Amino acid sequence: MRPNDRKYAQSHEWVKLDGDVAIIGITDFAVQELSNGNESDLVYCDLPDAGRMLAAGETFGEIESVKAVSDLYAPIAGEVLETNAAIEDHLEILSKDPWGAGWIIKIKPESKKLDGLMDAAEYEKFVASKKH
Amino acid sequence: MKQTALHDVHAALGAKLIEFGGWHMPVQYGAILDEARCVRSTAGLFDLGHMGRVHVRGKDHLRFLDRVCTNFVAKIPVGAIRYSLFCKPDGNPIDDLLVYREADAVYLVVNASNTPVDLAWLREHAHGFEVEIDDQSDATGMLALQGQRSTEVLQQLVTDCDLTQIGYYKFGFGTVCGLRNTRISRTGYTGELGYELYLDNKDVVRVWEAILAAGAGADVRPIGLGARDILRLEAGMPLYGHEIDATHNPIEAGLDFGVSFKDEKGDWIGREALLAVRSAPQKKLVGISTDGPRVPRQGARLFAGATDVGYVCSGAVSPTLGTNIASAYVSLDRGAIGTALEVDFKGKRQPCTVRELPFFSRTRK
Repeated sequence: MRPNDRKYAQSHEWVKLDGDVAIIGITDFAVQELSNGNESDLVYCDLPDAGRMLAAGETFGEIESVKAVSDLYAPIAGEVLETNAAIEDHLEILSKDPWGAGWIIKIKPESKKLDGLMDAAEYEKFVASKKH
Repeated sequence: MKQTALHDVHAALGAKLIEFGGWHMPVQYGAILDEARCVRSTAGLFDLGHMGRVHVRGKDHLRFLDRVCTNFVAKIPVGAIRYSLFCKPDGNPIDDLLVYREADAVYLVVNASNTPVDLAWLREHAHGFEVEIDDQSDATGMLALQGQRSTEVLQQLVTDCDLTQIGYYKFGFGTVCGLRNTRISRTGYTGELGYELYLDNKDVVRVWEAILAAGAGADVRPIGLGARDILRLEAGMPLYGHEIDATHNPIEAGLDFGVSFKDEKGDWIGREALLAVRSAPQKKLVGISTDGPRVPRQGARLFAGATDVGYVCSGAVSPTLGTNIASAYVSLDRGAIGTALEVDFKGKRQPCTVRELPFFSRTRK
């Protein structure tokens, strides 16, 4: 079961509120899809500058594997406060700990209401429906 | 989606399967870069069952093929193989292919995704020629064993044919795993020493397993399409839909060796258009390398300062060169080896350099 302390987007990002800050990352499923379980297959991560205003659903960065590039989408609106510099040179952190050390950006959310996102149980079902 | 004879074997090996050219194919069994390194260091085994295989026979088969192919088919020695394309009257290809010249027939190997289009094209243009177009794609399979150790591994399974006697881009017939008269060609899509085997569907799994067993001591592993794409790009080999397609002709792609303008070949479809391109090309296909972290991808634009000078066709992480590489079309004045350019990633630039194609080859000797 995935962590129940956060919400999930259909584009496989998660968002977790921490006081006035919202932390955003990507799920284990997203990491698996990008890397097929081989952390060395992830090659690059492009992250936004602090201060950028993100609309909900807006592309805020890219993750690149040896196969392809995938966009990262903001699950909620807000201003970028900080990006996780550690992952830029160590993308394997995303494989090892997508829920914690593998966070991607922190934003100041426009609203703390995480509307239109899934809880862990709903995301579980959503992912199950994706597998063929 | 169509499945090759090895589909369930790939699934059992834990491969990640994707749609490719209408087929459900393994993109990787493990890490893509490790698979590419395996082929460069020992040898790797590929399932190519998805590719199209067509036998063309009949009294007029050479005259017919010299009408629809870009190369001079009647001049290919029996037992040899040549690269060719099918082009439309505008000179742009509908596909590229390998042409195997037999004593009284020609065997064609075409791309999976284009097979139905190719067959329709051949049948449309066969009118007036006495030819038989025999599509063997669904009844047969194809394996490739590629890498420096491929000869010693495959020879263990082949009787009555000395593989070292099959020259580059030549083919022969031998007994493979007891299967008599198996077509064996010294061809591939990796830039390595290697072989391609043509088999009846019912025999494919058995030969696949026998090769892996014979190669276990040499660290021969199954290799997916992800590594195959890296290897072919390193080897400077085109992929339809990238370096060539309905708007990219073979001349500007540097594939002149697969195009014959000799008078003896007679007129062929696309000849006039390609003659015009040859006399006034607008761009050229080059290699690109970049030490930056990002991989140039198809469609990425190339700049010299503020000037847009070209675009990327294919890109990859190259474990062999240790940099990221690409193939790209650039304007003629920017095609010199060593030219410094920049590749654009949604407004962010990364320096890159024009390189000679191929980046790597062990076969051209």
